[in-house]
Amino acid sequence: MSNPGVMPTLEPAEGAKDQHMVINMGPQHPATHGVLRLVVEIDGEIVVRVYPEIGYLHTGIEKTCEAKFYQQIVPLTDRINYLDPLSNNLCYALAVEKLLGMQVPPKAEWMRVLMAELSRLNSHLIWLGTHAMDIGALTVFLYTFREREEILRLFEAVAGQRMMLSYIRIGGLAMEPPLDFLDRVQEFIKTFPEKIDEYSNLLTGNPIFRNRLKGVGYLSAADAIALGVTGPPLRASGVDIDLRRDMPYSGYENFKFEVPISTDCDCWARYEVRLVEMRESVKIIQQVLDGMPEGPVKADAPKIVLPDREKMKTQMEALIHHFKIVTEGFDVPAGEVYQGIEAGHGQTGYYVVSDGTAKPYRVHMRYPSFTTLQALETMCKGRMLADLVAVIGSIDIVLGEIDR
Amino acid sequence: MGEALKQTLVDKAAVLAGLAEHPAVKAILGWKAEALTEAKFAFGELTLTVAADQVLSAAGALQAAGYNFFEDMTAVDWFPASPRFQLSYHLLSHAFKERIRLCARVDGPDPAIESITSLWAGANFYEREVFDLFGIRFEGHPNLRRIMLPDEWEGHPLRKDYPVEGYR
Repeated sequence: MSNPGVMPTLEPAEGAKDQHMVINMGPQHPATHGVLRLVVEIDGEIVVRVYPEIGYLHTGIEKTCEAKFYQQIVPLTDRINYLDPLSNNLCYALAVEKLLGMQVPPKAEWMRVLMAELSRLNSHLIWLGTHAMDIGALTVFLYTFREREEILRLFEAVAGQRMMLSYIRIGGLAMEPPLDFLDRVQEFIKTFPEKIDEYSNLLTGNPIFRNRLKGVGYLSAADAIALGVTGPPLRASGVDIDLRRDMPYSGYENFKFEVPISTDCDCWARYEVRLVEMRESVKIIQQVLDGMPEGPVKADAPKIVLPDREKMKTQMEALIHHFKIVTEGFDVPAGEVYQGIEAGHGQTGYYVVSDGTAKPYRVHMRYPSFTTLQALETMCKGRMLADLVAVIGSIDIVLGEIDR
Repeated sequence: MGEALKQTLVDKAAVLAGLAEHPAVKAILGWKAEALTEAKFAFGELTLTVAADQVLSAAGALQAAGYNFFEDMTAVDWFPASPRFQLSYHLLSHAFKERIRLCARVDGPDPAIESITSLWAGANFYEREVFDLFGIRFEGHPNLRRIMLPDEWEGHPLRKDYPVEGYR
């Protein structure tokens, strides 16, 4: 066992010192998508070893959760994966609802699916823009951010916030969506597939983009499973697993969609899989819009769900419940649950342990980028240094969820 | 298994009686029935607890039985109870579309357990995280160093005797 008190050094292997060089990539390198530091050993331009050094954004969110009431943790979860905020909310809410044995009304479930899919589109758009920019196709970034802006406006309309929504709460949603919300989503969805064609026109036939991605960053299915890779990179390695279809949650069993798979196992496969995934998300959103049920968006549980403002101001009981929830929280039955969902970046999971009080005993988050980062060396070993940038872009990491 | 999903099976005897056909239960019984110390089925999730020195071989048996994907691993500090630390491994089966939780408990001033990185290389970061934040050593881990905190950091923040705010 190595001594934890010793600073890490990555010396070149013995006997190779003359031609091997150890360089730092990051923590402020533009292609690392955040504060990621990679210690890279190179032989000329060939990558010999890659060692990710993480923790620059560590804020101890799991420890903070132990000192908060259950409902106070929702806004913390937004800040972990800030590109796909609603998946975090959804996963946490589902885990606590499992402990509470609570069923949310159908409209809340459908709205959750709608918001989670919009959030996935948001995350994939940022991935596409930054990935293409890393490769040198700067224009695509401007195109994808044009559509991302539309999604952020929809978010703002529904929750009053553009990025940290906290819209999905324990027991339902924060509030009713505005009256014209579904029409606005419909308008967005109607034109969005054309926009995907536009990105595809810019990139798919582009010889530079193709050459930079094809055959680069090979990750076999066996390696991907051993290294715990999930989400689009796993499906691009030919493993047919998507929790939305295989272990449905929040009513995903009601929707029909395809799960794109590729067996090429390279960066190009990951690009193609995510592009098709965006089209499938559009299909899911269309089905939600077509069949949106009527009814409340909050569960009928006055001791857990905050009352409406109007009721709180006019009814004594609602005021008491409001006061109790805000000052004392609500007790959650003792036990432990794990809830996994398919977020934009891969499988997110929340492990919540309750000791029967109003504060969780332990909250642990499993985030896909944290695990996927381990596969970096496998994908880059023996390849050119410039391919490292393409591979980082293709696995789509978010440093907020790696460091937590 | 549709009916079983709704009920709660509180102890080992109930799980062995109620879920005898469950692939994970069968795998563990076929591997070493006496190493299974506790079992529970609650909230639709199966929890199997094995003796701390048997984790690697139990995980190996489950991997062979179809639980091919290592999803998550973390610890829970039950301070001041003894044994103090509970390690929870979440294993997913791509074939059964199902997840189980494998638990083990460790104790003592220098808690340690076998590393499962030989089965799933992806457990590497998770074990380093638990080592960093809980101070549990993983024997056989290829690179057991702090991962989130600086190397010179004192203490293990996710332990319950480590305060949430203020000075240590």
